[in-house]
Amino acid sequence: MQEMMKKKAIELLGSGAVARVLGWKKGEFDYDITPAVFESIEEIENEFIYNSLCSPNLSKYLVKESRKEGKTLIFLKPCDSYSLSQLITEHRVVRENVYAIGIECYGKTDADTIKEKGIKGITKITENDGVLNIETLYGNEKVPVYEVLRERCVNCKSKKHPVYDELIGEEGQAVDDCERFSEVDRIERMTPEERFAFFRGELSRCIRCNACRNVCPACTCEKCVFDNDASGIAQKAASDSFEENMFHIIRAFHVAGRCTDCGECSRVCPQNIPLHLLNRKFIKDINELYGNYQPGENIGNRSPLTDYTQNDAEPNIVYKRGGKDNA
Amino acid sequence: MQRIGVFVCHCGTNIAATVDVKAVAEALKYEPGVVVSTEYQYMCSEAGQELIKNAIKENALTGVVVCSCSPRMHEATFRKTVAAAGLNPYMLEIANIREQVSWIHKNIEEATEKAIILGRAAIAKVHLNAPLTAGESPVVKRALVIGGGIAGIQTALDIAEAGFEVDIVEKNPTIGGKMTQLDKTFPTLDCAACILTPKMVDCAQNDKIKIYSYSEVSEVKGFVGNFDVTIKRKARYVDENKCTGCGLCTEKCPQKKVPNEFNLGLDNRRAIYIPFAQAVPKIATIDADYCTMLKSGKCGVCSKVCTAGAIDYKQEDSFVNEKYGAIVVATGFNPIKLDKYDEFAYSQSADVITSLELERLMNAAGPNGGTLLRPSDKKHPHRIAFIQCVGSRCDDGKGKSYCSKICCMYTAKHAMLIREKYPDTEVYVFYIDVRTPGKNFDEFYRRAVEEYGVNYIKGMVGKVLPEPDGTLTVRASDLLNGTQLNLSCDLVVLAAAIEPDKSARPLATMLTASMDTNDFFTEAHPKLRPVESPTAGIFLSGACQGPKDIPETVSQASACAAKVIGLLAKNTLKGNPCVAHSDELLCNGCSSCEKVCPYGAISYSDKEFRINGKMVTRRVASVNPAVCQGCGACTVACPSGAMDLNGFSNSQIMAEVDAICKW
Repeated sequence: MQEMMKKKAIELLGSGAVARVLGWKKGEFDYDITPAVFESIEEIENEFIYNSLCSPNLSKYLVKESRKEGKTLIFLKPCDSYSLSQLITEHRVVRENVYAIGIECYGKTDADTIKEKGIKGITKITENDGVLNIETLYGNEKVPVYEVLRERCVNCKSKKHPVYDELIGEEGQAVDDCERFSEVDRIERMTPEERFAFFRGELSRCIRCNACRNVCPACTCEKCVFDNDASGIAQKAASDSFEENMFHIIRAFHVAGRCTDCGECSRVCPQNIPLHLLNRKFIKDINELYGNYQPGENIGNRSPLTDYTQNDAEPNIVYKRGGKDNA
Repeated sequence: MQRIGVFVCHCGTNIAATVDVKAVAEALKYEPGVVVSTEYQYMCSEAGQELIKNAIKENALTGVVVCSCSPRMHEATFRKTVAAAGLNPYMLEIANIREQVSWIHKNIEEATEKAIILGRAAIAKVHLNAPLTAGESPVVKRALVIGGGIAGIQTALDIAEAGFEVDIVEKNPTIGGKMTQLDKTFPTLDCAACILTPKMVDCAQNDKIKIYSYSEVSEVKGFVGNFDVTIKRKARYVDENKCTGCGLCTEKCPQKKVPNEFNLGLDNRRAIYIPFAQAVPKIATIDADYCTMLKSGKCGVCSKVCTAGAIDYKQEDSFVNEKYGAIVVATGFNPIKLDKYDEFAYSQSADVITSLELERLMNAAGPNGGTLLRPSDKKHPHRIAFIQCVGSRCDDGKGKSYCSKICCMYTAKHAMLIREKYPDTEVYVFYIDVRTPGKNFDEFYRRAVEEYGVNYIKGMVGKVLPEPDGTLTVRASDLLNGTQLNLSCDLVVLAAAIEPDKSARPLATMLTASMDTNDFFTEAHPKLRPVESPTAGIFLSGACQGPKDIPETVSQASACAAKVIGLLAKNTLKGNPCVAHSDELLCNGCSSCEKVCPYGAISYSDKEFRINGKMVTRRVASVNPAVCQGCGACTVACPSGAMDLNGFSNSQIMAEVDAICKW
């Protein structure tokens, strides 16, 4: 796969059809994959990587890159393709300046997930035919990728590419029996007190590094409200820990109806806060109240939250769901 | 720093009885920026307004807070007051301490505390107020009336009489509404058709009135003075311009088994039909659900017999766009469905009927040619029971909590007409109360009892039992005599409650006009603005606003027309300066605001900006202030906070919230 992608990238860059290529390369460590912009054939030949560790969603980089002169080639996993489609819908990416190649994906992993399996002292990870060869300070281990998939990949919602110019590999389908809402279900069944305690506990670890916001493909505002002194909620010393938690609640509201559930927020969180649960609760509610809606599924889709139909839930649904009666 | 004056109104005892107004004025005196704080018995009175004007001049005030009734009531009044004293009218804020405080609280301490908090919020907001100037927008001199019953007809005729163009949209093939189905009308017993059909004809012949029959409003955009309405003209498969209404097709159509809705299903009509002989417009309509030609392509009889060549099986729904200055809602009512009232055997026995069905049975143009015969065996009923309040004044959740208002009178009418025409028929009326206020109404009811010998029995019917011999046993209690009755009857008539037409709820949403819990349209003020909706430019006519009889409907319809004429007579309307604007430096161009804007006021353009020394082209939103109505939907949809609303800015709202939370 990696070689096919490299070949394609070199071909397009070499012919001048694209001015740059968005892909992945190794970061500080071999296994620490990072997004990268390649502008020369040499860079691609030497650094371009594609394997099961290529988790990062590249679509957000197009907000800037697609405004530059010349076309940008981007490689899109299905997840990233949903994000791009949503960004095009929101006019954040200039579609004409993008050449998108969809690539099939069977799930991604990363060092954090591997460490959760009790594998410590990792020095190098290589992949061969779906099996990871993990070199550690204590010896080598072989682990099949499917055993260490991230949660979002275990509960993969779709293997389809809503937007692309070309595909490498087969076009997949949306996954019908995806169980991504089971954790939300569990939290919904908690009492309000338990639920409050759960999120207070999770969010208490937040160090306000802003990684979740910076990686989120739905967070592309020219000026984020948290960076805008006039907004009244700008980044500042919070008066108490609850105000600190509000950051995540406000963010969840801002991306509601636009979040494609790519799961990047939870992936990049250095404190392992399951931030995607807040977004999934919104997605689940939207599905239940307005019928199934997947942001990014089609370019030009109208989110139920910014659209009106006569079948929309009446506002009093608030009393019927949630509320004290339901506790 | 603003120099703010606070004026607390007693509203007689409306506020002062529950709120310690002196304490409110005293507490607010020490708020930042407040230079004068006082109270007065009636702030809206001449003397009260003088007090405000003088205070503005004496203290060189820059902002004013009036703690009084709802801004809906007197904001306009006080804006004029401060403007007269030289302030910009938008430097005024109202703290609603009547509807939101004194009327809903009992405890004086709590109410006073809340009034002070609301006052503080208003003061916090005034600090951020800026002078605003309203623009003007032209008025389209044409009105739309939705619903062509007697209410819509009367309103349309009156508006046309004043010289303005008016369109009626009627969902049925003919105008006329419920009144066309009635036999006689109380209290004078003149025939409904005789007084209604001339008005229908007047509508058709008036060159200012255009009738869109068999049509529905499908979309409403715009605002008062400038509504943009899409009307869906449902396919009737007959060319309206060619059909002469000769009715030959309706005689020759081989599909004879279509329930006739005009006679409430008591007889059948053809698949191509004209609802009744005096229909306006008198044009045939094909019922697509029953027409063999439309369903299977095999028939075409109507097309063969039509000498005008008016039949068009390929006709499709079409859409008409029209601009209006005012919209009148006249969607009327329907009797409720009686499926929850099994105790009265409505669905078990053909001889248990509703009052509207009785109207058809007694009508000369009805299924029996005006002779009263029971539906089951076409025999004369000799004992008839009328049951009142079926679904009205119910607190059991099955029916409506309100009184349907018209049933007592029409039942007295029915009873009287039956006793007059068939003196050998006994008539019983079971009632909770008899309610007959109105000119000559009580006399009418007394006549039914005293001259026509109708038996009025106070008490509700528990059950109606269909017997094997075809009679109906009515089991009831006679409350005045304290006895149980088992009355053997031949016909039972149910006075079914009336409810707003089902089309009203989606229409209200389209018009952003508010409704009450029963889906009746809400008026701007229940006493003082009864024919206007709280939404500017939307007016209410007839039973869509509440149960009404014909005289009341016609009065309201004319009142409604007067209000519409008042609006259409103006050339321009003063706009609302509280409109949205976007901060182009913050705008992402994401189109969220455009999607939620109900008025189509937002557009986008690519603009160049210098950012960090580089020229960058960005897609940004701009608001057309002439179209924006200041609803604020865009400001909350905007993820980056680029959209803001004059007079209700994000910072003003937050200042109010902060002021409330600090307490």
